[in-house]
Amino acid sequence: MSETNPTAVAENPDEVVTQARVRYFPMPLGAGTMALITLDNGHDHTRPSTFGPGGLASINEALDEIAARTDVAAVGVTGKPFVFAVGADLSATSLVNDPAIISAFGKFGHDVMRRFGEFSIPTFAFVNGAAMGGGLELALHCDFRSVSADAAALSLPEVFLGLIPGWGGAWLLPNLVGPKRALEVIISNSMSQNKQLTPQRAVELEIMDVIFAPSDFLEQSVLWAAQVLQGIVAVERAPIDRDSWDAVVDAARGQVDARVHGATRAPYIALDLVQAAKTNSRSEGFDAEDAALTELVMSDPLRASLYSFDLVQKRAKRPVGVPDKSLARPVNKVGIVGAGLMASQLALLFARQLMVPVVMTDLDQERVAKGVAYAHTELDTLHTKGRISDDKRNRLKALITGTTDKSLFSDADFVIEAVFEQLDVKKVVFAQLEEVVRPDCILATNTSSLSVAEMAADLAHPERVVGFHFFNPVALMPLLEIARAEKTDDPCLATAFAVGKGLKKSCVLVADRPAFVVNRLLNRFLGEIISCVDEGASFADADAAVHAMGLPMDPFVLVQMVGPAVAQHVAQTLNGHFPDRFHASEKMGKLVAAGLPGIWLWDEAGNKTVDPRVLEIFGDAPSTMSPDQIRDRALTAITQEARIMLDEGVVAEAQDLDLCMILGAGWPFWLGGITPYLDRGGYSDPRFLAQGIASVPA
Amino acid sequence: MVERANVVFVDGARSPFARAGSLYSQTRADDLIVKVMRELLRRNPHLPPEKIDDVAIAAATQTGDQGMNIGRSAALLAGLPNTVPGYSIDRWCAGAMTAVTTLSSAIMAGAYDIALAGGVEHMTHHPMGEGMDPNPRYLSERIVDPEAMLMGKTAENLHDRFPHITKDRADAFALGSQEKTAKAYANGVIQLDLVPIAARNAELGSILVSADEAPRPGTTLEGLAALKTPFRPHGRVTAGNASGLSDGATAALLANEKVADELGLNKKMRMIGFAFAGVEPEVMGVGPVPSTEKALARTGLSIDDIDLFEINEAFAVQVLALLDHFGIADDDERVNPMGGAIAVGHPLASSGIRLMTNLARDFTMNPTAKYGITTMCIGLGMGGTVIWENISGSNA
Repeated sequence: MSETNPTAVAENPDEVVTQARVRYFPMPLGAGTMALITLDNGHDHTRPSTFGPGGLASINEALDEIAARTDVAAVGVTGKPFVFAVGADLSATSLVNDPAIISAFGKFGHDVMRRFGEFSIPTFAFVNGAAMGGGLELALHCDFRSVSADAAALSLPEVFLGLIPGWGGAWLLPNLVGPKRALEVIISNSMSQNKQLTPQRAVELEIMDVIFAPSDFLEQSVLWAAQVLQGIVAVERAPIDRDSWDAVVDAARGQVDARVHGATRAPYIALDLVQAAKTNSRSEGFDAEDAALTELVMSDPLRASLYSFDLVQKRAKRPVGVPDKSLARPVNKVGIVGAGLMASQLALLFARQLMVPVVMTDLDQERVAKGVAYAHTELDTLHTKGRISDDKRNRLKALITGTTDKSLFSDADFVIEAVFEQLDVKKVVFAQLEEVVRPDCILATNTSSLSVAEMAADLAHPERVVGFHFFNPVALMPLLEIARAEKTDDPCLATAFAVGKGLKKSCVLVADRPAFVVNRLLNRFLGEIISCVDEGASFADADAAVHAMGLPMDPFVLVQMVGPAVAQHVAQTLNGHFPDRFHASEKMGKLVAAGLPGIWLWDEAGNKTVDPRVLEIFGDAPSTMSPDQIRDRALTAITQEARIMLDEGVVAEAQDLDLCMILGAGWPFWLGGITPYLDRGGYSDPRFLAQGIASVPA
Repeated sequence: MVERANVVFVDGARSPFARAGSLYSQTRADDLIVKVMRELLRRNPHLPPEKIDDVAIAAATQTGDQGMNIGRSAALLAGLPNTVPGYSIDRWCAGAMTAVTTLSSAIMAGAYDIALAGGVEHMTHHPMGEGMDPNPRYLSERIVDPEAMLMGKTAENLHDRFPHITKDRADAFALGSQEKTAKAYANGVIQLDLVPIAARNAELGSILVSADEAPRPGTTLEGLAALKTPFRPHGRVTAGNASGLSDGATAALLANEKVADELGLNKKMRMIGFAFAGVEPEVMGVGPVPSTEKALARTGLSIDDIDLFEINEAFAVQVLALLDHFGIADDDERVNPMGGAIAVGHPLASSGIRLMTNLARDFTMNPTAKYGITTMCIGLGMGGTVIWENISGSNA
């Protein structure tokens, strides 16, 4: 019997308490009485169960009740339909500014949950549904685990949020399945956009012992428990190799470094905990988690991460400033002008998500055929991979067609152009379309830097023109910037947002200002870095400048990926609009003119060196600026730009800027998008966000 | 001349029955039958699910969680291949029995080799008569007495018709049912055919149900005698000598005997014949009399040939009416040896297969018994009877 006497922590009156209810019944096979704890917060699966102080206290009481009986042979714990438990209740965390509170909450959770692993009789977790964070940790404390084949989420996402598994996971998991498997969950999955384990994978990794079909999951789980108790079934787990432990953690550390360059503490602290778990006792491991948790929760980056998570969960799904959806018109046929790679990707996206006819057009039949063929080939690939059925593939192929006869657009409800990024080209396209389409057909432009209003200026019906800016690759990037031009009317805007939602994108309303949000901020930031290089900084230092931020890609790697010609074109366009702040580097212009693909050359070992032809253009003088100085310049510039953009009303609030940078540029949670990071670093005066919104409250 | 195929009862199973408004209140009816079907197939691993030619499931109220063509819906939810079709049956209390006879007819006709029959009734979610809309002609043309719509009143009517079936006899029979049920539990016999069911309760927590909820092992004659008679003042029918409102599900596997042999399936009973018959709805309890007479006549058997009886105990009086008709003593040990619906409950459409599963178990425990009968009365005035032959000894 455990000797710990969990000390309850102050209750949060707003907590939606997950109750732990106990019932007793005889198990099959004469295995004795089971005490089954059911975790239920009284809501359905749309409000999954979490553990706050009240929830932990309820579990504690349930265990007390069971411990007081002498007739119980085993303890089971299970959840409510579709949900086992999804972690600690973090809703009040943003308000906390006292480390003692965090520390006490962490310890209370440890003391309660560890009772499952230290009980006098065997304990079984019947993971009937989603188990994340503290929910999965509770299951890990138990002696045995079954999982339902339809459990939709299994993970320890704490590192994704900027925390560490704080209720035992960092010690229990590596001691259960070894450090390699543990780190797959704690670090690798977390940092891959919070990837979840499938139930099957969980069994493969021996995180779960057995898997059962959902239709009679609990019945089969209890039967299995009885078989385990009666010795009919033996639960075998692979022995853990402690000799390679250090090497495994070191290798993981290297991978984390390559990914975030030390820009965020959480994965490194998690690695330290997993390292220490090799020799720490259970209590030492739990104490270490408490200390780590307290340190992280009292840090601004964690608060920024929670703010980011909240933006992505809530604001992304309910865009601000959008006209009522009742104004949206139905879209039953889509036209796409342009048949290049972008247009083909759009065709695929529209067809797959909206399931309506999509007609592509371009200058000549050859281009059209190529565009349609690209889309059809992609469908074949999806079919070969088993992602779509025969019938689906046939249906989608029939939906995507091509023509040079623009009259086929006459009954289109929504036409998007993805042609060459030049104003007069786009104006011609729109003029030709207007001859054919209905007056209320939406004309959307995928332009990244041109004026939507100017594109619409000479049309008879400019009110149905809207900016509809995707990010590359279209299938993966979730952000859609929807730009309202001067004359864009409410029904057009409502329809655009409805289509965006139908395409499963996160839509943000932006003003018709050059480069909207992401490209403008990104180019201001990158432009400043390029200026530093023009002034003598080295490419290596310039790329290293962002490492402290942990951006997904180094600046010049990004330029190379996008293509220097494209990057320069955007820089020139923005220079045209804002000559004082955006510069088009002459040297980059020469690089583009020379047709060079980028700055870097990689050898087979993955080492990169500057292309000598680039050095010829930029000069080989020793560097004059440190990465810190370069970063400081870039952050000062982006601060200024963000302020101007808010003043211009490009978006409603700083939160929108941050959401765009997270979803459109992939900027990490710990920056809060960008404005929390600028506030934190003292670049903004006044602050973009009040203290406590994405930072520790005063 | 084409030889008529023989139908064998391969196996049967049921959920524990719960009192209406109790343990299964937050469990869906389709989930109940699905869990029973899955366990039944697990217990018969030599039967490949893709070879099931059809699934027929009965429910008296086919709506909500008992609707949507429950036969097909449950087959899909149970994980049967989607190539296995399904349909639904309603003959009120004898739904599952009719599922068995209908599927068996297809097997005898050579259209099917293997079939899965079932019954489910969730009387908490669907009280008897939910959604019922009697045609006014019943009253205006006196087609059926209003009393016929209330089962309890038909039981009182039966006492009127047969005055020698007294309340004392009914109570004594009820006590016997409780005692036999308790004994069968004590001997571990009933448990063999039960499928444990995990039942959720949002307020109390989830539980595994492994035994019928309704039985009252401490029943006494004095206790029964004191009960109210809700259907008639100073009447004879009480809650104690009638079956209670219940939630439950049953399922059975049937096969062409030759195919069963080829696949190496268990064979517990062989179907000899069946019959359904109608009676005046206001004395529906007497239904088993003509249906049994008809089945015996058709099969050329006499009542003396029958070694075991599983008679549904909707009301004690109705069982006794059948026994009196055939001159069988109230406490004849061939009658419901494992107890009956008075103790465990009667989830309407499902009971027919409970009788059959019981009879198959009775046969196993009585190898010298040759013929047995499963019979039941049916609301709106019918009776159904199936005659079976004991072949439980013929398995390898």
